[in-house]
Amino acid sequence: MGDKRLSTKASQSTARLMLSPAVLLLLGWMLVPLCMTVYFSFLYYNLLQPGSGSFAGWDNYYWFITDPSFKDAIYNTLMLVGGVLVITTIGGLGMAILLDKPMFGQGLIRIMAIAPFFVMPTVSALVWKNMFMNPVNGIFGRIVTGLGFPPIDFFGQYPLASIIFIVSWMWLPFATLILLTALQSLDQEQMEAAEMDGANWSNRFFFIMLPHLARSITVVILIQTIFLLSIFAEILVTTNGGPGTATTNLTYLIYVSSLLQFDVGMGSAGGVIAIILANIVAIFLMRMIGKNLDA
Amino acid sequence: MARAVSKRTKVLNTTVAGALGFLLFFPILWIIILSFKTEEDAIRAPLEVLFDSGWTMDSFSAVQARSDYLKHFTNSVIISVGSTLLGLLIAIPAAWSMAFVPSKQTKNILMWMLSTKMLPPVGVLVPIYLLFRDFNLLDTRIGLTIVLTLINLPIIVWMLYTYFKEIPSEILEAARMDGAALREEIIYVLTPMAIPGMASTALLNIILAWNEAFWTINLTAANAAPLTAFITSYSSPEGLFYAKLSAASIMAIAPILIMGWFSQNQLVRGLTFGAVK
Repeated sequence: MGDKRLSTKASQSTARLMLSPAVLLLLGWMLVPLCMTVYFSFLYYNLLQPGSGSFAGWDNYYWFITDPSFKDAIYNTLMLVGGVLVITTIGGLGMAILLDKPMFGQGLIRIMAIAPFFVMPTVSALVWKNMFMNPVNGIFGRIVTGLGFPPIDFFGQYPLASIIFIVSWMWLPFATLILLTALQSLDQEQMEAAEMDGANWSNRFFFIMLPHLARSITVVILIQTIFLLSIFAEILVTTNGGPGTATTNLTYLIYVSSLLQFDVGMGSAGGVIAIILANIVAIFLMRMIGKNLDA
Repeated sequence: MARAVSKRTKVLNTTVAGALGFLLFFPILWIIILSFKTEEDAIRAPLEVLFDSGWTMDSFSAVQARSDYLKHFTNSVIISVGSTLLGLLIAIPAAWSMAFVPSKQTKNILMWMLSTKMLPPVGVLVPIYLLFRDFNLLDTRIGLTIVLTLINLPIIVWMLYTYFKEIPSEILEAARMDGAALREEIIYVLTPMAIPGMASTALLNIILAWNEAFWTINLTAANAAPLTAFITSYSSPEGLFYAKLSAASIMAIAPILIMGWFSQNQLVRGLTFGAVK
């Protein structure tokens, strides 16, 4: 039984019929825009210059990559993704271990800790920017001046760090929740046996807990990377990519060249580069999930 | 096996975890408080706000008066619920067929569907924008609903698939032995067992669609803008009106916070494509 389940000839063809709308729609959704992006990336095509559209060869790629803001954008993207990953993975691991311990009101504490995940990106960014990081009236601003330091303009002086902070707040619950779920499937008796055999906390952590969590940690890192590469709204409402290009990531740079400068060719070339970068991560993630399907 | 834990350890755990949880939750709590203050009170020092100021509902009506807030709220509801229903309509048959009539291609199809989710949205921003412009879909709710349906379709199919997979096939065989036809099998046997999974899938998808902030911002203007896009109009200088910003924000996140409360366990399965359960 198991594998074959309900397979008969008739049901096989019905099944194919039921599957086809989803497959065709996704195929269209993927192929049509993708082909257009690749096609546009080889054209001189600016919406402000009617009649443009001649073949450009690799020019768009050349100009996009050699533009100084591209180097900045790659650096900012890496810092943003890396910074948030470090904070959320380590912080999430700590929170998960803590929340897994016996305590009163666990449900309430857990929902408080994961609530930030449900806040829409534009609200998170605006609330932190105005009500906490405003140099004068924000709570952080008040703490800084209250301690006698000169006021800090967070988004002027530490723009990228401020955005990393906000995005980390939004994603910490995701890591916490997934690692907590994984932790709860850890065999408690094994932990207790190790404890009785005299293994101290750090031994139990490194030799039982971490190996058990390794897979989930990898999943957290990979999935977050996919989402973090596309951070957009948080930057749009806080800094608009500035000051200068200090907070422009690859996604934002492509948005600027295509929708603000109307350079379709250049924006598309950037889009192709973004797709290639995301695919490098995706390959690893797909492999991990694929393994799970066989199990 | 529950381990005996001393009450002191438990109190200590509660204190540390409670303090951290409170800190993480504080920004949300703070906007709830500020939304019930006047603008003058909202920018005072936090302790004065808490202990030395009155409460008012004025900010909520001010937000509605400033720009038809309820219209954007309605947009959010229509777009997130609409894209979820449309997605379920397409995904249920697909997930059902892959879970109960698997073929050699099933795994490849699932993995390929997942791969479409890996495509960075900005990579196809230009063509989608131009297609929307040419088909007059820019700033329409129908256009946005279609896009959100398509970007979340892989997640819906995957989640439903993992739920359907858990329905034991023996039950279906038993039903068939008893002479049930395929249609009866679906209506009377499968559907009742699949409803909880479908409900969780719908809930998670509404949350994801409600908070989606790339396409909603780039494809809408004044008319079809849901709350994600509407809130950007508070970026500056309106952001300095804390009470109004808070009132607008709290109405935008409250429905999802409540749904999130119910769906926190399903969230893990949905967002990790079944890799962590």
